[in-house]
Amino acid sequence: MSHPDKAAQFIRDEAKAHWHDRALWYVRAKRDRVAQGVPEWETLREIAAQIKAHTLSKLPDYLEMFEGNAKRLGAQVHWASNAAEHNEIVYGILKSHGVRRLVKSKSMLTEECHLNPFLEARGLEVVDTDLGERIVQLAKEPPSHIVLPAIHKRKEEIGELFHRHLHTEQGASDPAYLTEAARGHLRGKFLKADAGLTGVNFAIAETGGLVVCTNEGNADMGTSLPPLHIACMGFEKLIPRAQDLGVFLRLLARSATGQPITTYTSHFHGPRAGGELHIVIVDNGRSQILQREEFRRALFCIRCGACMNTCPVFRRSGGHSYESTVPGPIGSILSPARDPRKYWSLPHASSLCGSCTDVCPVKIDLHHQLLAWRKELARLRLLPLSKRMAMNIGGWVLRYTWAYEWSGRLARWAIPKLPRVILYGRWNVWGRQRELPPFPKESFREMYKQKVGSRR
Amino acid sequence: MNRKQAILNVLKKSSLPDTPLPDLQGLGVCYEDPERQFAEALKGVGGHFFRVRDLNALNRELKGLKVYQNAQKIVSLIPGVGEPNVNLDLVEDPHDLKDLDVAILKGEFAVAENGAVWVTDRQLRHRVICFIPQHLILVVDAHQLVHNMHQAYERLTFTEPGYGVFISGPSKTADIEQALVIGAHGPRSSTVCFIG
Repeated sequence: MSHPDKAAQFIRDEAKAHWHDRALWYVRAKRDRVAQGVPEWETLREIAAQIKAHTLSKLPDYLEMFEGNAKRLGAQVHWASNAAEHNEIVYGILKSHGVRRLVKSKSMLTEECHLNPFLEARGLEVVDTDLGERIVQLAKEPPSHIVLPAIHKRKEEIGELFHRHLHTEQGASDPAYLTEAARGHLRGKFLKADAGLTGVNFAIAETGGLVVCTNEGNADMGTSLPPLHIACMGFEKLIPRAQDLGVFLRLLARSATGQPITTYTSHFHGPRAGGELHIVIVDNGRSQILQREEFRRALFCIRCGACMNTCPVFRRSGGHSYESTVPGPIGSILSPARDPRKYWSLPHASSLCGSCTDVCPVKIDLHHQLLAWRKELARLRLLPLSKRMAMNIGGWVLRYTWAYEWSGRLARWAIPKLPRVILYGRWNVWGRQRELPPFPKESFREMYKQKVGSRR
Repeated sequence: MNRKQAILNVLKKSSLPDTPLPDLQGLGVCYEDPERQFAEALKGVGGHFFRVRDLNALNRELKGLKVYQNAQKIVSLIPGVGEPNVNLDLVEDPHDLKDLDVAILKGEFAVAENGAVWVTDRQLRHRVICFIPQHLILVVDAHQLVHNMHQAYERLTFTEPGYGVFISGPSKTADIEQALVIGAHGPRSSTVCFIG
């Protein structure tokens, strides 16, 4: 299904759609307040972008440096070209350690690789421990936002879900009560887990260390009880120096939720005494993006979600309408790179207002890339006929002055005479929620000619 | 090895223009009263703060804390602070800490910008002690306060295996309708005490 079809489903519940819009705008407003409290915010964004550009330009060197240092600290490093290899590697590690129960903290990469169903099919119990992720896991849904995975659910729905799975009181929907129930439920899972899996926010080349940021403390609970820690990362998580964290950590939480820093910013250097740390470095299409100059900057992304919170289309259509692991503006440029045929509609899920570009902490030129993708998808002939026709006609009319003048004249004459049945027929997608403005008698050019003529 | 080489070979094919690694000199805000800034930042993230002159004063303050008064099982890793009844060094299995009420730990330094305290597992037999107790109390030498994150990383070196974490306030979540709830998986309260 295309984005417009899925979005239409989402806005059918109008009250919920409005709530969703306002909830995300609230996060955006919080982000603005704290960002404006940092006088050097713009300098930080610029420097963050420069660090990312530099890292990507020397990626093979930094990856080898990272691997060497991580191994020196006692970690084991694995490499995966694609999702299948990634899943096999993780399963292999778990199997060789006899793991039956795995606790996970947030990792969009493992969502991207569909690790959970892969492991579950092989008999493992996999528990997502971030509260939002646990909610969507119990509901058998994917996350709808990379930072706020259950933002599409009202508390009453979560209360119902918890009543069924965690035996909370029927009808109870108080967030504090539900969170307390989840705390008890998940503590049990942490205590019984045989291994913990985390994502990675930053991997430091010069030290071989990993940094993971959470507010709940779930990554730390999950890795400090069982002896086995697996950390999965896309190779774009790399940064050269530990001091670069000073820049990124000041940007990340402020951009994501308007916090000065996440509650826990954990630095893992090597395994725990008596434990094991396995790091899986994944490509899965990233190297293809890297090769394309116009789309390369998408790999700067630090997954803060700010572009989603600000996007007028995301706020009103919900994350599930994108049908991709990473939704929103950044997802709309990452997903078509992965599969243009499947995700052709996403770069059109934007008004090109540029708000995403304005809030991006690493200065990704999001709305330019969205436009560039539209061009690319047209070149690949992946647009539906209606869009292609409209674009061809539009292109032709705008190319010739006489065509422009005559089509205007024709429209001003004909459209006011046409009955609504025809004018607002099925072909008029634009007119489904909108009314045409009253048509003037003359065009601007005609009025201008008259005015200038009469003055002379 | 082959997989690694395959990935690196693909990456080497895309030769990107050289861009310099930026210098981070001069970044970071310095505060007129960093201690007040720290206290405000910590309050903003739901943490508690107090300041004492010496260990005696710290013990007096501790006795006044509700979370401490109500605690059954207490770990303290600072000699002379509190009346601990669980000896961390005698706990074999970290899972046995599951019903711990209070942990009193040493924070190496604090960051004024965001109310964070740097804690490492250098002296900790079980790293989970930072996360599993119901309430966490961090004691920091009042002189070990930096203004911002850039100064923080100037202090840190990562040459040895080990674990370190910035902790800023209690564990929390807003995953249900954006309603902030304190006490997600980790401690339900986080108190920082400056001493000296």
